[in-house]
Amino acid sequence: MNSGTFKVTTPSDLEIAMTRVFNAPRRLVFDALTKPELVKQWLLGPPGWTMPVCEIDLRVGGAYRYVWRKDTGKEMGMGGVFREIVPHERVVCTELFDEAWYAGEALVSNILVEQGGKTTLTVTSRFQSRETRDGVLKSGMESGVAVSYDRLEQLLASQGTVGMEKGASPS
Amino acid sequence: MIETLRALAEPNRFQIVELLLDGPRPVGDMVDRLHLRQPQVSKHLRVLSDAGLVDVRVDAQRRIYALRPEPLQELEVWLERYRRLWEGNFQRLDALLEELKNDERKTKVKKRVRTKR
Repeated sequence: MNSGTFKVTTPSDLEIAMTRVFNAPRRLVFDALTKPELVKQWLLGPPGWTMPVCEIDLRVGGAYRYVWRKDTGKEMGMGGVFREIVPHERVVCTELFDEAWYAGEALVSNILVEQGGKTTLTVTSRFQSRETRDGVLKSGMESGVAVSYDRLEQLLASQGTVGMEKGASPS
Repeated sequence: MIETLRALAEPNRFQIVELLLDGPRPVGDMVDRLHLRQPQVSKHLRVLSDAGLVDVRVDAQRRIYALRPEPLQELEVWLERYRRLWEGNFQRLDALLEELKNDERKTKVKKRVRTKR
């Protein structure tokens, strides 16, 4: 539906940003991002994972805690503290995975902009230093997408490999 | 995979890879285009070579570097998986938002709201 609106960019040396448009007013998107009973329904990752723990204390200084479990029993947890909350508009929080494969927390901001009944969500993860970001890169974990994604995509497209749907121009 | 990311994470090395996309090049040519010194370029090329991103052949006095596509293809598969993971989450969120919108509509229509189960 809105898949084509999904973008991953690297706005600075320290940041990774994702944007996505949703076909709903932003107060609903805000609820889906901040109410545990709703978050548990979509923030799941690859098939086979569930989210048995989803606790959100939505106030500045309040904590949140997420734990995912795979059908094989493997678990992955993360959490952080809310730094800034503007209802329906923005949520800024710290983020740290239990298996801290990189030093320091990331600061994550979720910004919601509504236009014509649609909402653009921008999630920006800011790492504490270039070294931290490089640490994330070395880990090869999900957040390791902190490479210059847009340029890479062009690069890969021109290399004539499988071809990512975005940016690959029809020949 | 990690080696590929680490090698590409350095801006000069990324540029070298971009240059080599047009075809194999001798070291001297890259030195001119990148405005770097020869030892720096050679150092970067060594890292790229260790990561399997480039191959070298010697042609008379010149060392000519060429891109190896395999690590880039591997990287593409990995990035695609990352993108798909988030797109999977977002598609579930799309469906959830549709439900929430429908619930709101129903609540507006019915004055008496029954407890949702």
